[in-house]
This record gives sequence, C-alpha cells and structure tokens, in this order.
Amino acid sequence: MNRTRSLFTALAAVLLGLVAGAIFMALTGADPFKGYSFLFRGGLMNLERIGNTLASATTLVLTGLSVAFAFRTGLFSIGAAGQMLIGGLVATALGLSLELSKPLMLFVMLLGAALGGALWASIPGYLKAKFNVHEVVSTIMMNWLAYWVVYYSIPAYFKGTFLETESRRIPEYASLRVDWLSDLFKGSYINLGLILAIGATAIIALILNRTTLGYELKAVGFNRHAAEYAGIDVSRNIIMALGISGALAGLAGATFYAGYSVNMQIGVLPAAGLDGIAVALLGANSPWGVFASAVFFGILHSGKGFMNAMTDIPPEIGDTIIATIIYFAATSVLFVRFYDFLRRKFKKEA
Amino acid sequence: MEHIVEMLNVSKSFPGILANDDISIQLRKGEIHALLGENGAGKSTLMSILFGLYKADSGVIKVRGKEVQIHNPNVANALGIGMVHQHFKLVHNFTVTENIILGIEPVNGPFLKTADASRRIKELSVRYGLDVDPDARIEDISVGMQQRVEILKMLYRDAEVLIFDEPTAVLTPQEIVDLMKIMRNLKAEDKSIILITHKLKEIKAIAERCTVIRRGKVVGTVDVAGTSTQVMAEMMVGRQVSFKVDKRDREPGEVVLDIKDLCVQSSRKTQAVKNFSLQVRRGEILGLAGVDGNGQTELVEALTGLRKAESGSILFMGKDMTHASIRGRIRGGMAHIPEDRQKRGLVLDYTMEENFILEIYGLEPFSKRGFINRKAIRAHAAKLMDAFDVRAGQGTLSIARTMSGGNQQKAIVGREISHDPELLIAVQPTRGLDVGSIEYIHKRLVEQRDGGKAVLLVSLELDEVMDLSDRIAVISHGELTGMKLPAETNEGEIGLMMAGVASGGHA
Ligand SMILES: Nc1ncnc2c1ncn2[C@@H]1O[C@H](COP(=O)(O)OP(=O)(O)OP(=O)(O)O)[C@@H](O)[C@H]1O
Ligand SMILES: [Mg+2]
Repeated sequence: MNRTRSLFTALAAVLLGLVAGAIFMALTGADPFKGYSFLFRGGLMNLERIGNTLASATTLVLTGLSVAFAFRTGLFSIGAAGQMLIGGLVATALGLSLELSKPLMLFVMLLGAALGGALWASIPGYLKAKFNVHEVVSTIMMNWLAYWVVYYSIPAYFKGTFLETESRRIPEYASLRVDWLSDLFKGSYINLGLILAIGATAIIALILNRTTLGYELKAVGFNRHAAEYAGIDVSRNIIMALGISGALAGLAGATFYAGYSVNMQIGVLPAAGLDGIAVALLGANSPWGVFASAVFFGILHSGKGFMNAMTDIPPEIGDTIIATIIYFAATSVLFVRFYDFLRRKFKKEA
Repeated sequence: MEHIVEMLNVSKSFPGILANDDISIQLRKGEIHALLGENGAGKSTLMSILFGLYKADSGVIKVRGKEVQIHNPNVANALGIGMVHQHFKLVHNFTVTENIILGIEPVNGPFLKTADASRRIKELSVRYGLDVDPDARIEDISVGMQQRVEILKMLYRDAEVLIFDEPTAVLTPQEIVDLMKIMRNLKAEDKSIILITHKLKEIKAIAERCTVIRRGKVVGTVDVAGTSTQVMAEMMVGRQVSFKVDKRDREPGEVVLDIKDLCVQSSRKTQAVKNFSLQVRRGEILGLAGVDGNGQTELVEALTGLRKAESGSILFMGKDMTHASIRGRIRGGMAHIPEDRQKRGLVLDYTMEENFILEIYGLEPFSKRGFINRKAIRAHAAKLMDAFDVRAGQGTLSIARTMSGGNQQKAIVGREISHDPELLIAVQPTRGLDVGSIEYIHKRLVEQRDGGKAVLLVSLELDEVMDLSDRIAVISHGELTGMKLPAETNEGEIGLMMAGVASGGHA
C-alpha cells in the first residue's frame, strides 16, 4: 500500500509540475502544447536523442541513489557533488596515467572512483560518528574542498593541450563510451555507465531489502539508540552508510567525466550532485523509483535545448518545471492526505 | 445532569482493526472520569479523536450540548479541551515558558512578550499547586515536572476538559501522590477530567465514574465507589484476574551475575553508582527497589554495556564482562527489557517482525551469509505475537509505531524472554500493561526463575518488587543500602530504606 501511495504522490507531483510549466509557458505568450511536444520530442524523438537522455539519466541515477541510500539510513547527504568530483578526478588521473587494455582499464578506473568517493564521504561519516558533527554541514564543506582539490590538481598534473582550465582528453581505451553502444544510438553520449547504473540500482535494492547489512543500516538510521541497545556498532554503520553513498557518487563522477564528457573542467561543482537530491525525493528514496525519476529528469534535461531552439520559450522554463516538481514532491504530505481521502471515499462507496 | 462532553456512537477503524466500535461516553462537568480497558482496547484512539488528532469514521461529538466537528487540536483547544499524551511533546532545549506559549506566543510587534506569560504561568502554577519554575529548561527537569508543564500548557490555554493518557505510567510513587493532589485541585476549580490508567488503585482513589472498554466496545460505565477493583478488572478482561503471584519456594543455585565494587558515572559526570556489589543467582528473582534517579538507570546501563564502568568488575557466568561489547553480552546470555521502550526497545518505523529480530538478525535461520530470510522471520514473529498476546491490526507486518503502548511493551518482553537468557534484566517490565497482561508477564518471569535462570527485576512499583522477588535489594544514592527477604519485611520498611533512612541487614 505504501508503494502505491509513493507512486501516486510522484505522479501527482509530476503532473502538477507539468501543469504549472504550461501556465508559465502560456504566460510568456507561448503555446504550451507546442512547448511540451518539443520538450518531449527533444528528449525522445530519435535514437540519438534517446541515447543522450539515457546518458544524462545515468549520472542522475547514480547521484540519486547516493542521496537516497544515505537518506534511507537516516543521513541527509549534500555531498554527492564533491564525491563526484573526487571520483571523476581519480578516474581521470588513472585514465591519463596508466596504459592498460580497455576492460582492465575501465575496471581499475571505476574501482578507483568508487573508492575515492567512498573515502571522501567517510570523512563526514567519521565526524558524525565520533563528534556528532551534522552531515549536512560537513558534506557541504567537503564539496568545496573537492572543488579546490580539482582546481589545483588538474592544471598541475593533467593540463590540457590548449586550455589551462581543463584536463587532457581521456584516451579511447579509458573512455566508457564504446562503439557498439554509440553506433546503436547513432553517435550519442550514451556509454557503459548506463549498464553500471542499472546494476547499481539492483544491488542497492538488494542491500536495502534483503541483507543484514541493509537491516543494520536502516535500524541505525531510524533509531540509533535502539540499534546500540541491540548491539549494533552505530559508529561503524554511519561511516559505512556514507561510504556506500559516496561510492555511488564517485561512480557517478567516473561515468560523467570519462563517459558523458571526455575530460574534466575545473571551477565547476557538477549540477548532477545537487540534482541527485531532487531525483531521490521524486523517487521516494526507493532504488527503482530513483531510476525512473532519473530517466524522467533526463528527458527534461536533454529536451529543453530542443524546445528552446524550436520555440521562443526560454530554456529556464525547463528548469522551472523541474523546480516545481521538486516543490510538489517535497510537499507530498498534501497528496498523501488527498490519496487517503480518495481511498476512504472509494471504500465507502464500494 | 449537565454533560460537558459527549461522544456518541463513535467508530474508528485502522487497517485490519476496528479500534473504536460504536463507543459512547459522557463526561459530567467537574467529574473525574476514568477510562479503563486492556491494551489495545482503543482508549488512546478515542481520546485522540476527541482531541482532533484522528477523525472518527462515524459518530457525534457534543461539547456543552452542541454538536461540534473537531478537525484538529486547535479546534479542540478553542473548545477548551486539552490533552497530556502518553509520550510527551515538549521541545527539550526550550524553557518551560517557551514550551507553554509555543503556537500562541504573545507578541508586541515582532517581539515576544515572555514576561507577561511567565507571570501568568507562575500564577497558575501556584493556584494549582504545580510548583513549576517557568524559566527552567525542559532537559534539566524530571519527567514528573515535565508532565506538569504539559498540564500547565493546557491550563494556560484555558482548558476545561483535561485528558490524561496514562499519566502515572512514567511517574514515581511519590510523584503519583502529588499528581493525585493536583487533579483534586483541578476538580475543585470545576475542571472536568478524563483519566486513562491501568492502575485500579488510582481509579479507586480519585475517579467518580469509570467507563470500561474491551476490544473497542463499551462494556459499561460504573460508579467507582460501589464497584470493587476485582469487578472492574473482570469487566475489562472478561475473565477472573488474580492479583497474587503464584510462586513456590525454590533453592537458588550458583551465582550468575557477580557485581563487585562497581562505580558508574551519570551523563552529568556525577558519581551515580558507588562501590556497588551484588550477586544474582540461578533460580532467583532479585528485585532492586529504589526511588527513581538513584542510580538504577546507570547500573543497568553498565551491566548491559550501554555505559562505561569507571571501576569495579562485572562477572557474568564466571567471565569478566566489565568491558565486553553489548553484542558480546547478548550472545553470552544476557537479555534486557529497557526502561524506555520507545527510545531503546523498538525501532518504531520497523514492522513487528523486524523488531523481533533486533538482536538476532545475524543468526540462522533469520539470515544466511548476510541475506535475510523473510519466511523464518515471519514465522518467528507470528509465534511470539501469539504466545504473548501482542495485538496489532496488521499482524507481523504492523509498524511498531502504530501499535498501542501496552502492546509495544508486550512485544519487547516477549522478544527478550524468547532469547531464553541466562540472566534477564527487566526494568519496569509491566509499565503500561493492563492487569491481565501484568498477570501473564509475571507468570513468565517466574517461569524463567523456575527454569533455573536468573532475573534482575528493577522496578519503581513496590508491589511488584514485593510480590515477585526472592530477595529485595535497595539502592539509594547509588549505594546498596540493604538486602531483605520479602517474608521478613514490609512495604513500609522498604520505603524507608529507599529514602535512605533505615539501613537493613543483609539477608
Ligand atoms: N495510527 C494507527 N495506525 C494503525 N493502527 C493503529 C493506529 N493507532 C492505533 N492503532 C490500533 O488501534 C488499536 C487501539 O489502539 P490504542 O492505542 O487506542 O489502544 P489503547 O487502548 O490506548 O491501548 P494501551 O493501553 O496499550 O495504550 C490497536 O490495535 C492499535 O494497533
Ligand atoms: Mg494508549
């Protein structure tokens, strides 16, 4: 029953967000039906665009999972952006320094990215476990630390051929893009990260629902006093929870910088980091819910450029729709009430 | 007779259960009306409807003769209805005054006018004999005092109908006496009170009428003066209840728990347990009596590993466990019914079946190689809920939070006994239970003892300690002040020892 409720809430939020978007479009003097048809066609019209949508979604699935996993274990992590940077940096560094066969290379890069993100996230975990420092504060600080680490290390060690502000191009054998996928989707950005994201979703769902590890982590998240009483090592579990969450964000970084993109730029916190919070929220923090919501956000992201090119609607409308949906998802209590009301009504009449 | 509140033919269902089934109850102006019923009978639900927290499926509520719709607690407040909940709702780092004015802050432009509020709170406090310091912080005052803050909160909002949901379950015997006095003061000022309690003695002492509910239905409303506690108990559980514990004499065996010169600090870094030595043996129930806050909490936490022991030693089954991990102690055969069921005892957002494996999820058959075995967990939960008569709307899949207080307690007791521990540390094991369940839990504790296990019973209820224990130890200011055999002492003497007056010899 809870699941139907979450689904209902998410769909209601999406619907209302789209309605609000339509109103905005109408206010700017545009035709909302035309606007939406271009928005969705921009995301789904042909194989190339579908490929790009999925490529955008790939990063969002992983950052969304990162946020959702932390949330399910009682932690509010804002650190996905920084962990993504660190994961991306490790992957880039390995990709530019080692020369291995492609499969081995990718394996090493992904492993490194996951470990980098996990380690980066375990610092706030440690601070929380030992000194009760709130993770919101410490993960935000870690984001900026990551930002500056990238800012100095890319120009110092991996400087690009033309620009100071970006790294060298990742060589073909270190890129997550593969010919068969690119060909299949007519040269889009799609890459192996998508398969990784699907796998990660399945594994996270498994951990949360079927393992003793998930049981412990959630128990600590719900009530650390009771967990302690039961003999669960609370500190270890907090660090572990943030570590896993960080590993997911680190992987997101690898897929983003060595798959979606071909190099790393300095001076930007990746937007996908914060967007992960929205994705998790709309996905009701359930792994497959996150997956679906990431795909939806992916459509909006890759469609808004097309809408902009074909109509006079400013691309900000796309962002506004996203923001409205987030807003409605966050105030979902209202929908839950409405849902319960409908159920009661329905039951009475039945 | 004028009725200030009438609830007529009220029904309310939750998934899987009809919590209130066509209930009618009438409250007269200026009376104290008790609400009695077994755990899960629907008392809290009924009062939550009156206070606007739940919406009834059907039925009518009349206040001062007029039919009303109470959509939320604000409406209830406006109608002069206030409620003290089973679990308090206070902001811990706020002062008393700040808590009381929360939501109806008196302001002067953008500024708070706390001085006036503070004065009025003082006034009310004196008038009803509450003795509350308006400037104290909630985290610094005792549970009994916090409850008075809740009472003040109602009075400050000019409530005329006061609902108390099991107010005495969290109080010490002395605090209970004080609360009774406060209630009499309230009644003298023409307030009307609905009192939920499982303690028949309290109903006898203070209530005029009593409405008994069983499984969501009203059994009847009786005049308290003309009805014996035995009759009320029978009305409530539908069978005869024995208040006496059946216990045969038994020779205690070897020592299971050996505490030597134990010193433990409190959270405020004061010496809470001082050079405490005690032995608990197989086949005995050792009762630890004491006034609340005399080191019992810290002692139990040190024994179970939740708190560090400063010095001294804890030998358990011949092994030094002074610094063992919590899990080590549990695996070693220690079980613990905690004092605070919602803080320690349960993960409220987990289902019943998940709560039943809180300490044993890592063992077969509940999990194998890190993977959870739902089927085994469900079977385990179903067995325990049946054995301990834990009632909940959706069976093993009920979320702990949605269960009645007493059923939560029974679940914890059942879980801990199911571990078949060598030593059961039972702190207030029957807190919030109805008389029928108390009888049952007491039986099970005695069964543990008869099976050659050791039980350390920590309770603020002197009756319970006297009835169950084979030996009674008294703790006062963190020190062991006496040891008695129940046959050779009485409540009066133990009471004095608890207050630190007389010092008894060792039994
Ligand atoms: N929010 C809820 N959701 C689902 N079921 C509920 C909810 N609240 C109460 N119930 C169910 O309704 C029944 C009555 O519960 P209630 O809390 O009113 O009992 P009670 O008489 O106060 O018992 P106790 O003496 O143990 O406190 C119980 O079976 C409980 O599981
Ligand atoms: Mg109750």
